[in-house]
Amino acid sequence: MLEIERINVSYGDLQALWDISFEIEKGEIVALIGPNGAGKTTTLKTITGLLKPYAGETRFQGLAMDRIPIHKRVEMGISLVPEGRGLFPGMSVLENLELGAFTAKGRNCKDETLEQVYELFPILKNRKKQAAGTLSGGEQQMLAIGRGLMSKPKLLLFDEPSWGLSPLLSKIIYEVIGQINHSAVTILLIEQNVRMALELAHRAYVVENGRIVKQGDSRNMLNDPHIREAYLGTESV
Amino acid sequence: MNWQVIVQSLLFGIFVGGLYGLAAVGLSLVFGVMKMLNVAHGELLMLGGYVTFWFFSLYHIDPFLSLVPSAFVLFLIGMGLYKGLFSPLAKLQEEVKIKNSLLIGFGLSLVFHNLAIRLWTADERSVSVLYSGWGFSLFGLRFPFIRFSGLLLATIVIIALQQFLTKTYFGKAIRATTENWESAALMGINIEKTSMISFALGATLAGMAGTIVSVGYAIHPAMGLEWTLKALIVVVLAGLGNVGGAFVAGVLLGAVESVSTLFVGPYMEVVGLVIFLLVLELRPQGLFGKSIG
Repeated sequence: MLEIERINVSYGDLQALWDISFEIEKGEIVALIGPNGAGKTTTLKTITGLLKPYAGETRFQGLAMDRIPIHKRVEMGISLVPEGRGLFPGMSVLENLELGAFTAKGRNCKDETLEQVYELFPILKNRKKQAAGTLSGGEQQMLAIGRGLMSKPKLLLFDEPSWGLSPLLSKIIYEVIGQINHSAVTILLIEQNVRMALELAHRAYVVENGRIVKQGDSRNMLNDPHIREAYLGTESV
Repeated sequence: MNWQVIVQSLLFGIFVGGLYGLAAVGLSLVFGVMKMLNVAHGELLMLGGYVTFWFFSLYHIDPFLSLVPSAFVLFLIGMGLYKGLFSPLAKLQEEVKIKNSLLIGFGLSLVFHNLAIRLWTADERSVSVLYSGWGFSLFGLRFPFIRFSGLLLATIVIIALQQFLTKTYFGKAIRATTENWESAALMGINIEKTSMISFALGATLAGMAGTIVSVGYAIHPAMGLEWTLKALIVVVLAGLGNVGGAFVAGVLLGAVESVSTLFVGPYMEVVGLVIFLLVLELRPQGLFGKSIG
């Protein structure tokens, strides 16, 4: 579904991604893991079009995307639940969700999708008139996910969905991500909480210093000595 | 000094204050969406006034009717200015962007100012219609028809804008871009197009204010800076991105200035600036703005 081929991205003189290549098959959950500043968020921003690679190629469903602007990519079926949620704090919960369905495709089935989102997160329905900025952290994350779903994405990208959430809430959010995947949405996830990400994902890539250093089945990763030591905080046994 | 004089000047202050509000709303819209300060906003208002003056002198079109063509002309001018001058700034870093927009704005205001002197001479102009002198009295207070209608029109335009921003999809896209442009782009909103329309709308609002100014008051080539200043004060008073608030703040500024004329005479402009500084110092988010953080 998504193929990234040797992309290089830099911020001015500072190169953030070096020859990153990976791919995601339809229906998969793939996790990108790695330390802070490794280039995970940069990778997601490049997929959405917020950043442009100076070299390399990105293909979505076989179509080259490098010349396609951000807003068209949403229409094609790529949606991002951004780091720190990126809500419109002064606008109501309902308005945030409506904006999620801004594209023609989203608008066509807005009411139907809205019902699905409310089913997934009933609390959002109760809070629909409230300004998004007044919600609790967990509710804000639910709203960000709901908003991401409103465009009817084929590929949903998550940037640190457990950021700032209690372990219990993180667990709930992860269960929902699993449910979304069951409804035929492909998922790419980046996460600090490596164990949680690996337990949910089918496959994973490890990004360090802007390069992919390891890839594989996430179950194998959980037992990988390097991963255990560097990310799971447990000595290999 | 009797109370009637005070209330009468309060009333005149409210009439002109509605126009301050209308001018400020346009400036605030542009700043909100693009994080650019267009200091040539007052010159756009002047152009709106001259467009109305033209339509009236050449074609005898009623100035209140010419609100529509004047708005249309300014919309096109706004689109042109955005495409030609402001849109290349959009990709810059926020701080560099606002500085460059100031440079462009100051340059533009000089160009428009001198162009207006060339085209229409430095004379003060005013559109004097047959009904200029009409009016009615209530409780011993004078309500001149043209000023009263000016305020009414300004109010209608503001309400229409408010409805547009809160009820339509495109209006919501404008507000979303103001709050977080990256997220807005991720919703599928075309930021370039939204910015262009917002800039053109800002120019349109300035043009409409100019039209109303040309009827009840006077227009001249040097009026731009004065109106930009008023609009800026009102935007700071109201807090950014608050349409209704900007209107109320405009009326407030007009009223305060007008009443203070009675006490401090020509220094009434200073009163506005003092309030401006006080609000900046004590309530930087504006009188009606949400507190920051």
